[in-house]
Amino acid sequence: MSQQLIDEITAKYLKKDVPELRPGDTVKVSVEIVEAGAQTRTQDYVGLVIAIEGHGVSETFTVRKISNGIGVERTFAVHSPRIASITVLRHGKVRRAKLNYIRGLSAKDARITERR
Amino acid sequence: MRKGLLVRKVGMTQIFLEDGTICPVTVLQAVEGNTVLQVKTLENDGYSAYQLGFETKKERVSTKSEIAHAKKANTTPKRFVAEVRSDDITLNVGDVVKVDTFQKGDYVDVKATSKGKGYAGPIKLNGQHRGPMAHGSKYHRGIGSMGAIAPNRVFKGKRLPSHMGAWTRTVQNLTVVDVIADKDVILVKGNVPGPKRGLVFVKSAIKK
Repeated sequence: MSQQLIDEITAKYLKKDVPELRPGDTVKVSVEIVEAGAQTRTQDYVGLVIAIEGHGVSETFTVRKISNGIGVERTFAVHSPRIASITVLRHGKVRRAKLNYIRGLSAKDARITERR
Repeated sequence: MRKGLLVRKVGMTQIFLEDGTICPVTVLQAVEGNTVLQVKTLENDGYSAYQLGFETKKERVSTKSEIAHAKKANTTPKRFVAEVRSDDITLNVGDVVKVDTFQKGDYVDVKATSKGKGYAGPIKLNGQHRGPMAHGSKYHRGIGSMGAIAPNRVFKGKRLPSHMGAWTRTVQNLTVVDVIADKDVILVKGNVPGPKRGLVFVKSAIKK
């Protein structure tokens, strides 16, 4: 009863056009950034999904990319209104739910084969 | 008038605010609202307050005085009764107070019984450190020294194992993030003491 009520309350915050995400996918996340003067612009963040956690309104995913030779990980809320769009560029074939092992690998070893 | 409402804690979740930030909220629900059972006045009772009743109690398990008291407000006996002290009360006996008494942005104090943790030692209860678990140590999670030998007694206030939790606790100055009148629900920012389904008393904040 209680979880059902919470789902009803949070339903209006859920997005309907979220693509099916899986760990190992390469995604492009368009993030809205608020600048001084309440202006917004969108910035793309492209990387590998290494973790998906939570469910419902609290669902988040972590995207890892290599920026100027430095690994960067960013966690986004799937249903955040600050995320304009999520596009899956490539489905990867992996055998884990959390790809933490990828952090220690060189770029060559961190290649993931495509899932079809 | 100071507002008050008896509610049930449903659970916690997150919502997104207008500026896109995530806000942790506790869901509180008052099905069918509260009924005003009595209005106490300065002349009659020496202080001014109103009494709220929440959730129907079966007449079979109610005492005659409870039934008669509820009858004055033209309602059934109530399982939970609480009083809100307030000046210039605009409510009358028999009025039903719903969640929409609170508005978005109100500050509230929330009173409830915290979760019981049972008989707890000083590590869990007082945050003391434990001793080494190995290398012949015979002191693991004990209470430690009882103090100096000079006074030949243990000082009052020495921290010892005792029952932990199940305390009445008030959390002050929580923000009402949203009021959903058709579901009898209020969303309060942050956490509220007690288990899910626990009784919670929400009042207007005294310090705001």
